[in-house]
Amino acid sequence: MSVQIWTFIFVFLTFGLYIGIAVWSRAGSTSDFYVAGGGVPPLANGMATAADWMSAASFISMAGLISFLGRDGTFYLMGWTGGYVLLALLLAPYLRKFGKFTVPDFIGDRYYSRTARLIAVFCAISVSFVYVCGQMQGAGIVFSRFLEVDITTGVIIGMAIVFFYAVLGGMKGITYTQVAQYCVLIFAFMVPAIFISILMTGIPIPQIGFGAELTEAFGGGYLLDRLDGLSQELGFAVYTEGQRSTQDVFFITAALMFGTAGLPHVIIRFFTVPNVRDARRSAGFALIFIAILYTTAPAVAAFARTNLINTVNNAEYTAMPEWFSKWETTNLISFNDKNGDGRIQYVGDPETNELEVNRDIMVLANPEIANLPNWVVALVAAGALAAALSTAAGLLLVISTSVAHDLMKRSFMPDISEKQELLYARMAIFIAVLVAGYVGINPPAYVAQVVAYAFGLAAASFFPAIVLGIFQKSMNKQGAIAGMIAGFLFTAGYIIYFKSLNPAMDNAQGWLLGISPEGIGTFGTLINLAVAGLVASFTPEPPEDVQAIVEEIRLPGEAIKR
Amino acid sequence: MSDKNALEYWKSNIRIVLSLLVVWFFISFGCGILLVDTLDEIRIGGFKLGFWIAQQGAIFVFVILVYVYIYLMDKLDDAYNLNQDEDKTAEPGEEAQ
Repeated sequence: MSVQIWTFIFVFLTFGLYIGIAVWSRAGSTSDFYVAGGGVPPLANGMATAADWMSAASFISMAGLISFLGRDGTFYLMGWTGGYVLLALLLAPYLRKFGKFTVPDFIGDRYYSRTARLIAVFCAISVSFVYVCGQMQGAGIVFSRFLEVDITTGVIIGMAIVFFYAVLGGMKGITYTQVAQYCVLIFAFMVPAIFISILMTGIPIPQIGFGAELTEAFGGGYLLDRLDGLSQELGFAVYTEGQRSTQDVFFITAALMFGTAGLPHVIIRFFTVPNVRDARRSAGFALIFIAILYTTAPAVAAFARTNLINTVNNAEYTAMPEWFSKWETTNLISFNDKNGDGRIQYVGDPETNELEVNRDIMVLANPEIANLPNWVVALVAAGALAAALSTAAGLLLVISTSVAHDLMKRSFMPDISEKQELLYARMAIFIAVLVAGYVGINPPAYVAQVVAYAFGLAAASFFPAIVLGIFQKSMNKQGAIAGMIAGFLFTAGYIIYFKSLNPAMDNAQGWLLGISPEGIGTFGTLINLAVAGLVASFTPEPPEDVQAIVEEIRLPGEAIKR
Repeated sequence: MSDKNALEYWKSNIRIVLSLLVVWFFISFGCGILLVDTLDEIRIGGFKLGFWIAQQGAIFVFVILVYVYIYLMDKLDDAYNLNQDEDKTAEPGEEAQ
């Protein structure tokens, strides 16, 4: 059977599964809709968190980026996993104890201020929206390449599915579909990785194959040594050595970590478990489930890179396999025979290099490059869709709760009934799906870039405000508000300056202390903390009842009697 | 629980969190970024040590850290009678004033 038929089968089966789950888990109350009734078991929540977290970017782009960045790709690996340590130790248990529905709920109540709540709503919506557009685009690419429908149709199918289970089931529907989506995506990521590891090293565990010797057919010797050798020979950077400055890698890693811990769609997942102990446990499960993919990704990156070089370099253009021309038609691979010898020269020197490979296709094309069976290739497409849709649904829920709960119910229309609130929540998700779909079909050029910066913004705004709210009882509303505004404006300003206003300066010499816009969120976090501390020291302490809330969330269970 | 006990519990909590974060910082930012070139001198099988920690080792350590945290906090909760399996019945009444 062809790849296309297999893809249709997998996509049809998985989508049917998601719809079935949605019908089974309809939401009846606002609590069901926002936090799945607070009754999700930690294991299921761990899986849902992992699917929520691992987006089209983690699934499709990350291994490809690493295979071109080499050791510098480390900041994605450590940044996007190390943030979970912060989330588990500094945020999850306390926010669960606080026990409300949203992140702006916490900010608004802890800082006893409607202004703080509205700033948090603004940050939550802007961060989530930027992020959701990227997911819709990712889904569109998969549809167009594997099902050969055009991107518009692809995005509309994706929207219809997300719309169905998000509007019907809210958090409850999303949670249980995400559990299924995690299983689909991890299976789809691991199967080709295991196949390729066996093929190249004879070892079925990719994490170990990564450091093992290649089989005779691939020339023997350790994989990484071989890759370093090939890279050097062709004039690319040595794979296992770093190119970026140490301080830049340091700051980018930190920004991704703080950002991960500050992303509202991940944080709200911890509101869905029964108690504090389960919140800790589900953070543990989530990290294990994420680590399975994240420790495989660098291995996939190295396998893919070696394989690509072996396959294409100095080979006859006319002898290229079928996948090559298929990707050529999408313009994601392009060959320009500069010296006219009919062979592909794939080298580091831009003068003589004849092949351009888009980094995003490495994971999608990898099984084809390695000549794996058609069903494995199709499985990857279903996995990529699961990754994109699960994250999109989680983000859309944040947008809808921010509008219905934080804006309507808590800020402007406190008298609406639960039924009306639920209706608003469903309407908000409906509108958000439409807008996200529109942007997915007509992507503004900057969306792809901006996704990476969502982390910097979350790091500089939410993360410090929440941590201070828990760990520093004397932090008051003036301090928190000033800190959030300063951190957000500084980070957004720095990014906009280098990306839009003065891109000519966007290089290591132009940057402040050699920190790239990707890493500036770390600086924004520090500015937020400093401003918050300074302002709080000049302004009155928070009222008694707020200090009591802080004491309350520090203890698990219902221990304090007052 | 009395205020004094609550304060002690919180202090132990902070101690646990801080010591785990020291390990977290050391392994990721320390070994994975700042000392990576030095550690690369050491080879284990096909891996340079620094490169391996940066791309895989640190992630394994993160998982272990979160599980150590879960274990230590469970023990601490039990020591202070903050068992939450049955939220409503878990009131540690003995220690209340």
